[in-house]
Amino acid sequence: MPVRSTEPFWWLLFAVGGTVAAFLVPVHIALGGIALPAGWMREAFAYERVLALVSHPISRLYLFVMISLPLFHWAHRFRFTLIDLGLKGGRGAVAIACYGGAVIGAILAALVLVQL
Amino acid sequence: MTPYHRPVPFAWWLGRRVYTLFVVRELTSVFIAAYVVLLLRLLHTLTLGREAYEAYLRSLAAPGMVVFHVVALAAAVYHSVTWFGLSPKAMVIRVGQKQAPAGIIVGANYLAWIAVSAIIAWLVLRG
Repeated sequence: MPVRSTEPFWWLLFAVGGTVAAFLVPVHIALGGIALPAGWMREAFAYERVLALVSHPISRLYLFVMISLPLFHWAHRFRFTLIDLGLKGGRGAVAIACYGGAVIGAILAALVLVQL
Repeated sequence: MTPYHRPVPFAWWLGRRVYTLFVVRELTSVFIAAYVVLLLRLLHTLTLGREAYEAYLRSLAAPGMVVFHVVALAAAVYHSVTWFGLSPKAMVIRVGQKQAPAGIIVGANYLAWIAVSAIIAWLVLRG
């Protein structure tokens, strides 16, 4: 059996993750990272309300997609950026560290989301 | 025999604007990943209870966190703009014999981005 490259698999995750990040991440940063600490929408971020909002099954699935796929997007881009910036040795280790980091992040996300 | 590789200076990507913008575009993914990790941290504090959650919200007001989020927002928007800019190359849409013009595909992405962002903002902030 020929040895097949795993490259298309990681590239697909990169492409889907990049699309998820492009559409969803800016508004989330603006809301949770800027509007919230500025105190503009304090009631909207009350504990009970946020817990109820994110505990809905659709929200959990949404958050899993929104957290895990951009991590795979990062892993793919960061892997090749490190090589482009001169890390020529240890290509295999770089790939394992990057994709491994994304896999661990996705597992942690799943563990947190099932506890909500 | 090992082939000779001409050494590349580390700062090669600072020499030309297009190279710099390319590396900046690739590195936006670092800020996006850091942000989703912080979002996961927020969700984790929710599972720990009200005290942990409210302490985390207070920590978001620290100057370092605010600076991070402002830079991360700029990075994320740059990612979106460059990603949508590439969309006509990534998805070629044919209408009969003709190819849909690039401008229409890019424009449709921007419209969808605005609509999706507005829906999320409404869901998070309503009530």
